[in-house]
This record gives sequence, C-alpha cells and structure tokens, in this order.
Amino acid sequence: MSAPGLHIRASARIGETQVLAPLDLRVAGAAWTCLLGASGVGKSTLLRLIAEVADGVTLDGSITATDAAPLKGRIAMMAQSDLLMPWLTITQNVTLGARLRGTAPDLPRAEALLEQVGLADHASKRPEALSGGQRQRAALARTLMEDRPVVLLDEPFSALDARTRAQVQDLTAEFLRGRTVLMVTHDPAEAARLADHITILTEGGHSDWPAPSGTAPRAVDDPAMLHTTGALLARLRAA
Amino acid sequence: MKTALTALASTALALALWQAVIWITGVPNFILPSPLRVLETMIESRALLATHFMTTASEILIGLALGALLGGLTAIGLAASPIARQLVRPMLVFSQAVPVFALAPILTLWFGYGMGSKIVMALLIIYFPITSAFFDALMRTPQGWIDMARVMGASNARIMRVIRIPAALPGLASGLRLGAVYAPIGAIIGEWVGASKGLGYLMLLANGRAKTDLMFAALIVLAVFTVLLHAAVDRACRATLDRTREGPGGV
Repeated sequence: MSAPGLHIRASARIGETQVLAPLDLRVAGAAWTCLLGASGVGKSTLLRLIAEVADGVTLDGSITATDAAPLKGRIAMMAQSDLLMPWLTITQNVTLGARLRGTAPDLPRAEALLEQVGLADHASKRPEALSGGQRQRAALARTLMEDRPVVLLDEPFSALDARTRAQVQDLTAEFLRGRTVLMVTHDPAEAARLADHITILTEGGHSDWPAPSGTAPRAVDDPAMLHTTGALLARLRAA
Repeated sequence: MKTALTALASTALALALWQAVIWITGVPNFILPSPLRVLETMIESRALLATHFMTTASEILIGLALGALLGGLTAIGLAASPIARQLVRPMLVFSQAVPVFALAPILTLWFGYGMGSKIVMALLIIYFPITSAFFDALMRTPQGWIDMARVMGASNARIMRVIRIPAALPGLASGLRLGAVYAPIGAIIGEWVGASKGLGYLMLLANGRAKTDLMFAALIVLAVFTVLLHAAVDRACRATLDRTREGPGGV
C-alpha cells in the first residue's frame, strides 16, 4: 500500500463566516502529522472537509492527494467518540464497513485484528460490556478493517484516562505505521509523543513546529518529547 | 412476585372503595351496581361478552398492526426524503388538528357498519403518535455515525437500513406502547357511532336498557384487555426493539 500525502490549498466558510483560514498545507505521505490549535480554529472542520462529510461548509480551493488519484474511498476516520453501534457485537461493529457497502464481511480478518488489539475474548460482546479503553481499541480495529491508506483521527484518545490513553496511543501508532495519518488533538504531549510532523493551525493560517527527535511513539518520559511538550504548550498559550 | 402482590392489593383496595361508596350512599343497582353484581353478570353473560369481545379485540389488534406498519413506513419515508418532509409534514400536523372523534360518522359512511370503519378509526388514532415517535428517533441519529458510514462508502439507503432504523427502534417502541393504549379508544368510538357488534356497541345497548351491570362488565373486560395489551406490547418491545438502546456505559 502506498500512502499518498495530502495537499490542502483551501479556505472554508459557512455562508459568509470563515471557518477555516486560507491554508497551503502539505501533509506528508506515510507519516503521522499532528494538528494543534485553539478551539474553533477549524481543525475538525478540516478533517471533515478532507473526508467530504462537511455538510453546509463551502470549500474554496482544493484538497488533493499527492499521487493525483481521487481521495474518495481511500480514507478512514476515527473520532473522539468510539461510534460503536450499541446493538451490534464487537465483531459486527468491526465489520460494519462491509455491511454498509453490501459486501460479505471478511470474518477471519476481523478475528485476527481483534486478536491483535487484545479483544479476542470480547468479540461476541456488545460495546456496553467493554471499558472505555477496550471500546476505543474496538474502534481502532474497525478503522484497521477498512484498510485505507489515509487515516483521519479527531482526538480519538481524549476521553480516556492517562494510563489507558498511553496504551491505546502505542497500539494505534504501531498499527497505523506506513499510513498517512492526520490527527487533530488539543494535547501537546500527545502530539509530541506521536507526531512525525507537527502543525499549529491559527486563525491566520498555519505554522510548522519541529517534532522531537526519535521515532514515534516516544516513551512517555522521553526528555526530547517532554521538552517539545513544554515548548508547544507555551506556544499555544501565547497564541 | 412483589409487583403481583402490590397489584392484587391495589385491586382489592379499588373494589373495597367501590363497595364502600355503595354502602354509604345507598345508590340503587341500576345507577351503580356492586362489584359482586358485576362479577355475577360477567359470569352469567360470559358467552355474550366473549362474542363482542372477539370483535373489538380483532378491530384493535388489526388497527394496531396496520397503524404500526403505516406509521413506520411514513416515518422512514419522511426521514429519508427532505422533499417528503416539506410536503407531507404540514399535512400530518394539520390532520392532528381534526378531532378523530368528529371523523367517526363519515368513516362509518365510507367503510360501513362492519369492522372496517372501526379498524380505520383505531388506525387513525394511533397513526400519528407512532409516526411521530419513530420519525423523531430517526432524525436523532448521531451525526458521527452517519459521517463514519459515509466515509466507509455507504449509500443513503444502506445508512438508513443498517444504522438509522436500528438506532431508532426504541422510538418506534415508544410509539407502539402509546398505540396499545390509544387503539382501543378508536375502536370503541367507532362502535358507538354505528355497529352491530363489539364491546362498545354492547355498552351502549346495556346503558340504554339500564343494564348498568352489563355495561360495567363490558367496560372491565375492555380495560383488562387494554392493560394486558399494553403489557404484552411493552414486553415484546423490550425483547426486540429496545435492544438497540444504548446500555449503561454508552457514549
């Protein structure tokens, strides 16, 4: 699988109100990019625009893949809420994409993925029987099941407690390696742990921030990562 | 077991109050018969009550089934199509301003004195609550689910079938529970306006001949049936439709 980069040359508005400043942003292919910025600056809107689900938002400009092929059908999305259907079992949730496209679900693959994210024993349970971390791992398995080269993450770990968050971050980083990941987050520490590239979105546009040295996911007590966390937080507070 | 005991105690209390009113006021039998008298009548006239009950129960059950089917389809149609929403919804709301009671004579004219007009009456009275409850639930599908489904490449029809309808089934269940209580009202009104069978007809007949005990017997049969119907619908909904409800620890 070759994961293309993204090139965003666009601004966006709802009616006459600008919801995303004019951007010329390149998202590196097969790498993890974290998008930071204040609330209301348009981070989630940008993800929704890339995924083509931003109803009511007018896109002025273009969002393209660097390999010039259309993006449609090459994107998977993971959100803050696990978005598991409460009436389906975990396996059925993981294979939801196939049901929604009217194709036969690849059950052996779903089983293998659940095994990999450590949910093999929970495959036939309903989401309500799982903890928050387990539910988000099920959401990860569902995202992996889609097997798309571009993955958009909208604060997928923000509802988890610190320990579970670190675990699910590690798991996600491991499984999404080699894909083009664009993650929106409020948490500088999360960006410093996971990112190959860090971009700060502001009302005027965007600016890049150097990611810490070393490969992601970095250790939670990695000095370079902690230093970047502090510097990023200071930068975000100044903005 | 405890609820059964409570229900029993509550029934006993109601009967005691009823009897007490009769003793205290000394009201004659043809105005308010005693509980015992009503029970005697029920047993004596069981064949008569059973015949009329079968008619009314059929009207109610058929009306409920048709109302659920039509209401369900209407709700899905409205939820699926913005144009249908704009065109049909005002009509639905306006139709609610017309008292269904006022339509009973014309329905009898259109659908005859038989069961047809009563079934339509029961259907009409439950159609709006069912449509409305299910439609509201269909429009409340979490946006995140719909967005995810679209990213996964789903058509609107599949999103409706795989996500929106299952997610809205508890809403349909709420509508059906209301329907189970309203449908008997529709059937009885229909029978009052013009019928030759049914508990409503029997009540009117008994009342006219000052057979108050028979009227009460019919009334109790109807009330017990309504309570049981509601309980049955509630149970069925819990076992099926409500399973899509978000459990504890949900989003």
